[in-house]
Amino acid sequence: MTNAAQQSQNDKASGAGSDDEQQYLTFIMAGEEYGVDILAVQEIRGWEATTVVPNAPDYIKGVINLRGTIVPIMDLRSRFSLERVEYSPVTVVIILKFETERGERVMGIVVDAVSDVHSISDSDTRNSPELIEDLNTEFIRSLVSVDDNMIILLDVQRLLTIDKQLLNIATDVAADNE
Amino acid sequence: MSIDLSQFHQVFFEESFEGLDIMESSLLALDLAEVDAETINTIFRAAHSIKGGAGTFGFMQISGFTHVLETLLDQIRSGERDIEQVHVDMFLECVDCLRGLMGDLQAGTEPDMTQADDLKAKFEAILSGNPEAGSAENTAENSSAEEVSAGVQKSDSASLSGSDEDGWKIEFIPCEDVLCTGNEPYRMFRELQDLAEAEGNGSIEVIPHLDELPEFSKMHPEMCYLSWTIIVRSGIELSDIEEIFEWVVDDCEITYKRLADCDLSVLENHHRQEGSSENIEAETVISNVVESEAVESAVVESADDDNSVNDSDALESAESNKLPENAPETHAAAVNEKIEKALEKVAPKAAPSAAKKPAENTSIRVSIDKIDGLINMVGELVITQSMLGQLGQEFDVSRIQRLQEGLQQLEQNTRELQESVMKIRMLPISFAFSRFPRLVRDLSKQLDKEVDLVMLGENTELDKTVMEKIGDPLVHLVRNSLDHGLEGVKERTDNGKTSAGTITLNAYHHGGNIVIEVQDDGAGLNKDRIRSKAVEKGLIAEDEHLTDGQIYDLIFQPGFSTADVVSDVSGRGVGMDVVRRNIAELNGSIDVSSTPGKGSIFSIRLPLTLAILDGQLVKVGDEVYIFPLVSIVESIQLEKSMLNNITGSQFVMQLRDDYVPIVCLQDIFNIDAEKKDLEGAMLVVVEGDNEKIGIVVDELLGQQQVVIKSLEQNYQKVDSISGATILGDGTVALIVDISGLNNHSSDKNSDEQTQAA
Repeated sequence: MTNAAQQSQNDKASGAGSDDEQQYLTFIMAGEEYGVDILAVQEIRGWEATTVVPNAPDYIKGVINLRGTIVPIMDLRSRFSLERVEYSPVTVVIILKFETERGERVMGIVVDAVSDVHSISDSDTRNSPELIEDLNTEFIRSLVSVDDNMIILLDVQRLLTIDKQLLNIATDVAADNE
Repeated sequence: MSIDLSQFHQVFFEESFEGLDIMESSLLALDLAEVDAETINTIFRAAHSIKGGAGTFGFMQISGFTHVLETLLDQIRSGERDIEQVHVDMFLECVDCLRGLMGDLQAGTEPDMTQADDLKAKFEAILSGNPEAGSAENTAENSSAEEVSAGVQKSDSASLSGSDEDGWKIEFIPCEDVLCTGNEPYRMFRELQDLAEAEGNGSIEVIPHLDELPEFSKMHPEMCYLSWTIIVRSGIELSDIEEIFEWVVDDCEITYKRLADCDLSVLENHHRQEGSSENIEAETVISNVVESEAVESAVVESADDDNSVNDSDALESAESNKLPENAPETHAAAVNEKIEKALEKVAPKAAPSAAKKPAENTSIRVSIDKIDGLINMVGELVITQSMLGQLGQEFDVSRIQRLQEGLQQLEQNTRELQESVMKIRMLPISFAFSRFPRLVRDLSKQLDKEVDLVMLGENTELDKTVMEKIGDPLVHLVRNSLDHGLEGVKERTDNGKTSAGTITLNAYHHGGNIVIEVQDDGAGLNKDRIRSKAVEKGLIAEDEHLTDGQIYDLIFQPGFSTADVVSDVSGRGVGMDVVRRNIAELNGSIDVSSTPGKGSIFSIRLPLTLAILDGQLVKVGDEVYIFPLVSIVESIQLEKSMLNNITGSQFVMQLRDDYVPIVCLQDIFNIDAEKKDLEGAMLVVVEGDNEKIGIVVDELLGQQQVVIKSLEQNYQKVDSISGATILGDGTVALIVDISGLNNHSSDKNSDEQTQAA
């Protein structure tokens, strides 16, 4: 299933322009609608308290116990440098999974609310314009309009592969503290 | 109706390896002065099952090879022959050789039969050679490798000249319905051929007699009208041939005659044609073969690992050294072939055997007791579950007492079940120890030292994963003890010690740990030497003051390679630093203590299992952390008098004779938690990597066993955290890696110091 998801991601990346429709789960954050490949979504949960991980970047809220596996939770607002909000009972955690060389990885993202599921054809998507050099744009795969609303489609794999940046940021944090 | 036998291959290999282990340990346990018939039987049985299995699965190389071994064992078992040191040595060699062959077969590669063929030739020599000559040699010689092979050489040559007319003429007249009973003569001939060829130089000829064949119209398709004369040219025993015909012997007429005794008029011409061309070569090479075989076997015996070059050199020199003698004619071709084969095979031999890795053994054998216990436990769990289920259906407040009882029972069941499941992975440490008798035996011969190996606590159980990983470090330690630890015989007697040194392997449980000790009664570690070496290597300053413990600890330093201190036995690329690292990977530790003149003890401390840990729960701010119980030295409440402030931010505490640095987890982990006044705070003193630190915590919670979960699987490695676990309330708690914390805090300290400077 995840392979299929990846396959389709690959198709898009290569700009194959196939008319195969792909389903996306969309969610709301700070008034904008974002979408992730629905095949990468494992489940949707309410927010629960996490266990803080030492020396983690501040967008990693900590880890939770998901039926026996330890799953890290990322706050997408702070990942995208958006203004922080208090978590409420409707705050939602979307559990995403993706394949890596080391096997399947699972991670949760905290978003404001889940919105909808849209079927989107590849040919309707547009590349996001080259903006100012900003780290955050690298997670954006493409943009698409559905019913006059723009949806930002995210690249799950890039979003969740934190290892590289994490190191740098962790050291930055440490430096700041000192 | 063909069954795919290959599905059983793995089982065969496992059983055979087990059989080989049994053979090896029995051989080593064999007391030559007083041979226990049961031990011989055990060895025989093991060899027999290997042969049987190999035959069934079509591994003819193995069954053929095991066969000669079995024949000799059979003679010993029946009392026809006394077992001697030579035999034991050869059997041990066979065990190694078989292990190699089976490793090859398991890995799916063509096994290298060179060594097997050599050994087989030696066995045949013993089997056919006259016993007086053999025993005379044996009394004269010690068991050292060269002399053994010298003995073999003599008996070898004896066999070559004595087995001139080896072979059998078999008249086989089957009864007419032999085919109906499921016996296929062709199969027997083939088997006979295999048997003959397995000898290396045998061949068979089958001459059918068609006299009885009726007219075609009268022929019944299921009847056998043929009879055969079979000429077997090989040194095989009559009993082996009889075995092949065992199933049909009652229904058929079979006569056996030695080739030497019968008139081979039919075959004589044929034989002569073949023979004449070979005679010339034979005379020139036959004597060389005797020599080269001896040379080769000597080399093979004295050094297992790096003999390819020597071997081929020796063979070549032997070949050029021609001493024509009266050579037995019938062996000429075979002998010639042997030389070629040896020359061909010897060269590439070492490379593959060294590079080869046996396929990983992934199954585990569990004693039936454990399984029974487990089934019992599950039974009880089911009962508890149904009890609770019933309670749940008709629950009211009055039954709360019963509910609590039920839950208690469930808890107990669960714990017992967990323990039993864990026990399945537990194996007695004798699995890891079993290789040492052989290792010590071979090594002591090589080093010319007398060594007694004592193994204690062999039934101590250890997790299989831990066991697999502890094997190599243990081997290294034992080699080290043998090589450096124990003195030579002379030195020992000069110092008033017994001539034989003792190496003791001891395993026992201690708390939640298993402790494995490698102890020798040798000279002990040489402090001055280690010190000067360390200074030379720049590991310590010349005037640095070190305690004994710290000096001994230097041998585990990466720069302190054994190669500088040692001979050829150790220094196989695994230094003591690697030993320590391997053990640290298992969350264990290694310590050394030594008394000059009395010996040294290396003690390895390992957790029983990698999956579960005894932990102390502590609270810092809102977070719960777990310290491994084994690393906790003590927990105390800080008093002002104990505290000393050095370099501004760093506090140390005086704990009896030690100064222990104090750290706050809030600082190290960058977590939001109010920092309390150190005075009156709860302090947990932990030890990791032989260094103590005090960790300030807000509160000590309970102690419990925790199941270790990976944090890396979905996240990444976190400094100073060895993993995570899930507590009773479903939340995640992180397990603190004490030695990691140690390094971290010292890094941080040095950072701060440089900043301050």
